[in-house]
Amino acid sequence: MSTVKQDTRLRDILGTSALRPDGVAKVMGSFSFSSDMWAENMLWGATLRSPHPYARIISIDTTAALLISGVSAVITAQDVPGKPTYGLISADQPVFASEFVRYMGEPVAAVAADHPETCRRALAAIIVNYEVLTPVVDPELAMLATTEQIHPDGNLIRYQHILHGDPLITSDITVEGNYTIGMQDQAFLGLEAAMAFPDSGGNGVELHIATQWLHEDRGQIAACLKLPEDNVRLVLGGVGGAFGAREDISLQVHCCLLALRTGRPIKMQYSREESFFGHVHRHPAKIWMKHHATKEGKIVKVESRMVFDGGAYTSTSPAVLINGITHTQGPYQCENAVVDGYAVRTNNPPCGAMRGFGVVQACFAHESQMDKLAQACGLSPVEVRLINAMHTGDKLITGQVMESVAPVERCIRETDAIPMPEPLAANANVLEFPGGSGRTADRQNIVRGIGWGVSMKNLMYSEGFDDYATARCTLTNGIASLKFATAEVGQGFVTLAPQIARSVLGVDYVVLETSDTQIGSAGSTSASRQTWMSGGAVDGACRLVRERLFEHVGKLHNIDPIRLMIEHTDVIDTIGTFRISVAEASQDITLSETFEHHHRKTEDLDANGQGNCHVAFAFVAHRAVVDVDIDLGLVKVVQIATAQDVGRVLNPLS
Amino acid sequence: MNETIGNEMYTLRINGQDRHVKDAWVGESLLYVLRERLELPGAKGACEQGECGSCTVLMDGDAVCSCLVMAATAVGADIVTVEGLIENDPSIASTAEVIARQVTDVQQAFIEEGGVQCGFCTPGLIVAVHHLLDKNPDPTELQVKESISGNICRCTGYGRIFAAVEAVIQVRKASR
Repeated sequence: MSTVKQDTRLRDILGTSALRPDGVAKVMGSFSFSSDMWAENMLWGATLRSPHPYARIISIDTTAALLISGVSAVITAQDVPGKPTYGLISADQPVFASEFVRYMGEPVAAVAADHPETCRRALAAIIVNYEVLTPVVDPELAMLATTEQIHPDGNLIRYQHILHGDPLITSDITVEGNYTIGMQDQAFLGLEAAMAFPDSGGNGVELHIATQWLHEDRGQIAACLKLPEDNVRLVLGGVGGAFGAREDISLQVHCCLLALRTGRPIKMQYSREESFFGHVHRHPAKIWMKHHATKEGKIVKVESRMVFDGGAYTSTSPAVLINGITHTQGPYQCENAVVDGYAVRTNNPPCGAMRGFGVVQACFAHESQMDKLAQACGLSPVEVRLINAMHTGDKLITGQVMESVAPVERCIRETDAIPMPEPLAANANVLEFPGGSGRTADRQNIVRGIGWGVSMKNLMYSEGFDDYATARCTLTNGIASLKFATAEVGQGFVTLAPQIARSVLGVDYVVLETSDTQIGSAGSTSASRQTWMSGGAVDGACRLVRERLFEHVGKLHNIDPIRLMIEHTDVIDTIGTFRISVAEASQDITLSETFEHHHRKTEDLDANGQGNCHVAFAFVAHRAVVDVDIDLGLVKVVQIATAQDVGRVLNPLS
Repeated sequence: MNETIGNEMYTLRINGQDRHVKDAWVGESLLYVLRERLELPGAKGACEQGECGSCTVLMDGDAVCSCLVMAATAVGADIVTVEGLIENDPSIASTAEVIARQVTDVQQAFIEEGGVQCGFCTPGLIVAVHHLLDKNPDPTELQVKESISGNICRCTGYGRIFAAVEAVIQVRKASR
């Protein structure tokens, strides 16, 4: 390997606009997404889903489906060898419904066949007899003791109270409102897809899957399959976006069951319609919020009641609820608070993770309140937010102290400084109207509006959860190989990890090994955590290897390793003239180290919602300028101005 | 009900080559046949109803959603997929350059401007942008937006994609 340095070339270290290593494959169409997989002798899998939100299953007759030419297997709840249920927090969701279906779209059976059309015909031939029941769809009703409990675990998934400061304090001004936030879907573009390969003895399975957390999936799958975790290998399939919708199990267990049943590779992929039934959504929420403030607009107390509709199964509802209620105050100083939060089970579609994870619902309410407060105090939306902006050292309504930088004021000011867009021109092209190419908006009905949204959001997992990440670095002949189970879902960890290795180790060449379960967990690609957590693990592993390299070089050249450091791509002696390239120094040796990165410990909340439950926070301000056709309700987003606290910029391009 | 699936045979013209399809079911879309029968997975399926543009290919010079085209009706059409763009790129003169360049100017701009994240929408967008710039080398911002309004991206927020298109327009202008 040449040791001649090319100083003119910008190395893709931390802080540079490094390009994605998967970029070329992605623009060429040759990047392998999980839906692109194909195997010799494979079969297609498909899922039969309940057409009813709530019903008792009287009988399931699969005879006719099995007689269709090309159908290899039909499976139902009775074919699940292990645990009949799964779930991220509480295993309360059946692999297949057996006694009851609790939401429209709940899986009832699955088939394996030679062609997607054969699968469709087989699903149509399965006869399920339902006794249709009246669904419980209103969370307020669902949580009443007098309402039918639709699950053995009851209808109340979690209740949490927050009491902080003086609950009885009042002030000059009060503003309040009731806010309804609807269900949303992540709608990642790359639909759920997986391929499962049975091992030859039928005692194991390898699943290639688009997911956010390989190890969590593996644990849940292995329990349902009744296989040791070591016999279930998960490999990350190419992931076409995630946004929270791939945290929960969807087709994983079904796909593995069919592979084990047929002894053949099984490919499963959802259609867009099925995808909406097949994964969790953002919780609809009803929030009442009341702010007490001084005449000058300074917040004195916040009161709130939040009801999150969790749908039929728990998923991550308990954690979503806590995120929601602990962010009631938003990024504002507030010394007194009384909050009640409920996550409730209904016969609506299950809800769980979606970007923002509960904070979005709270934000919609507190920001609507800030606008009301501004109006009540005669302040502008910017002024009222600046007056109340949180700073480092402030206490949150959970009693936790904001220890990190808290640039709320700066985010607001920077956003405010961004020039406003030009008004809609008198001769504007109709395509620029709300509704765009629908050409339906009427010029005279178009009104321009400006809205502010300022928020803080917790990072990593909360309430005592240790969501660590693992990485291994192997250095040989100037090439660093990195191994981790981190799910690349589009966020760019595959770009960042080599940047870290180049910065720490002084290498140019970094190889990324397959992301699979053949190493410790990386935790989930969610909660804005992988740069911090898996990035921390890669950094730690590279630093351990660097120490070993310094020991090796020191021994060979009789220098105390403590004097050595990396400069660009060389190992140098900080107080001498010795210099050797990393490539040469690592010639014919292999140094390999694994590192587990843990964040600081957090605490559970007590009965009054007090405790250091969050790891860290990020801050953001947004200003939206919209044109609205007030007759038709069509909206055109003219401009989003934003300033975000991103910490140190590791890659300006990403 | 129990009719046999898969006894159709026909030939498609794809990326300048005749590709024979056999044992196919008549109900298969062009997207399915490209991906599952002809080893051309570049076009992606993300909605199967012509809304998202992930499956965009060129058919006789028009950008179409291959999920909405029945494969058996595409016989006789000249089809170009994302895999075949570089061979059809007028700015590339020779086979040697095809091999050396690996990607077209549009593809390169998507990489360099950060227009690629998860990448699932990318092949469809690349085809759509080639189609736009081949027909209209100097589009206005509104024309660019309108022409890729049929391609949904959930990651980027489109800003980097517009930047990539603008970069290609400028480079092509300068080299004219």
